[in-house]
Amino acid sequence: MASEGDRRADLEVSRRARLLDGKRSGGDGRRSVAIALVSTAVFAVIVIVAITHAPGWPEVKRQFFDWDEFKATFPEIAHAFRLNIKIFCIAEVFILVFALFLAVLRSLPGPVFFPLRALAIVYADLFRGIPTILVIAMLGFGAPALGLRWVPTSTIFWGIVALVLIYSAYVSEVYRAGIESIHPSQEAAARSLGLTRAQTLRRVILPQAVRRVIPPLLNDFIGLQKDTALVGTLGAVEAFQQSQIDANATFNFTAYLAAAVLFVAITIPLARFTDWLILRDRRRRQSGGVQ
Amino acid sequence: MTDALRIEGLHKSFGKHEVLRGIDLSVGEHEVICLIGASGSGKSTLLRCINLLEQIDAGHIWLAGEEITRVRDVNAVRRRIGIVFQSYNLFPHMTVLRNVTLAPRDALGLSKGEAESRADALLERFGLADKRDAYPDRLSGGQQQRVAIVRALAMQPELMLFDEVTSALDPELVAEVLEVIRELAESGMTMVLATHEMSFARDIANRVCFLDDGRILEEGTPEEIFTAPQEERTQQFLQRVIEARRL
Repeated sequence: MASEGDRRADLEVSRRARLLDGKRSGGDGRRSVAIALVSTAVFAVIVIVAITHAPGWPEVKRQFFDWDEFKATFPEIAHAFRLNIKIFCIAEVFILVFALFLAVLRSLPGPVFFPLRALAIVYADLFRGIPTILVIAMLGFGAPALGLRWVPTSTIFWGIVALVLIYSAYVSEVYRAGIESIHPSQEAAARSLGLTRAQTLRRVILPQAVRRVIPPLLNDFIGLQKDTALVGTLGAVEAFQQSQIDANATFNFTAYLAAAVLFVAITIPLARFTDWLILRDRRRRQSGGVQ
Repeated sequence: MTDALRIEGLHKSFGKHEVLRGIDLSVGEHEVICLIGASGSGKSTLLRCINLLEQIDAGHIWLAGEEITRVRDVNAVRRRIGIVFQSYNLFPHMTVLRNVTLAPRDALGLSKGEAESRADALLERFGLADKRDAYPDRLSGGQQQRVAIVRALAMQPELMLFDEVTSALDPELVAEVLEVIRELAESGMTMVLATHEMSFARDIANRVCFLDDGRILEEGTPEEIFTAPQEERTQQFLQRVIEARRL
């Protein structure tokens, strides 16, 4: 039955697939790459000339761009940077879970759940409102000072806790936007089949919502990666703290540059990956593929 | 014999707008009822109320003699009633097979094997066996809507509701969906359909109800409604339909 419709659909599908696979740039792709390269080079030369001809350049060069200093401090700072990565990875796992929990709390319907919803809202407002460095300082110096026996005194532990608390507030908003972007008809379809609210959330809403918010999630994680440096203010020797130690020892700030290079080495690929995901998502939508 | 479905004095408002103003309807077992009427006359809302997707303001609904407007477990009721929507509403992140087996497994507790053999049998029956592992966005509208019907049937409901299921389809894809519904009617499924396909309604329905402004204004056999409508509003509506088809 309905073989006519099937055939038409197959044709339509293969047409869409070709659109998806096809590269947009045709013959003039190479030309635009060349133009971009030339204009970038010209721009770079102008900037470099302007900076190196500034009156204070020799001093700045000695203070911030000392190659020998860079070589001397880089290994130590790179070693300390491993702590940043460790903090980032541990915090990220807890943020992903805790923020999802907060987002689900906030999406609970009905008057019965008002207190839980309100709690989630207050939480998000509070931890998005306080500067990260304040939360880190309060928890990092305050919590161990309580002297409770079951409370860990490690500053790294409390630094991670602070980052998790703050970033969960942001990430829960991202999740929430994802949940709200799923059309109500999806929920109606699931509930009409007799699935419970929890089953609907787990099987139908969340899988679609999370897929949609992966790019903005990655954006937040770029921020998190940088903010791991704030844990250094508690005294933990991570890349920033190490570079500060080096800078103080030699009165040369090149160590900061070394730390910056390390952060950028992680965050730029993450940013490009995020852009690529967003682009891929847009292409799919435009070609009528996966929503 | 108790009716498969009985509705008495059903009222439903959205805010100040009263969409249903006292609906009374009974549907016998194996009966096919078509709801016709202009957009906004309350057809869709009535179907959504029967499936308890909307909370009703007043009235009673009985399913096979049991009042479902009083029960606590709405999910248990919904498992017994299948509904198919105008916009298919398949789950885009799941294959056809997973779409069809999700509710039988999660809501009925069937094992993976049981659910899949049930799904495969239905997909085979409605000519969708080769689409089993496809994702919805790779299917035509007609195929998606047939999958949506199969998804509802996999729960083995005692009553099927169809909410203008061909309205979103390209004209050439309408027939394949209507064919599925026709086969269901012939197999004895109790059904309530909201539809704009008048010739199909005439063909398939045991009874036709004309909804106007939240009430069932006229009710009768397709013969009575389509050839000799009593109410002026019904006559006007059918006249408009005929004119629209001519344009």
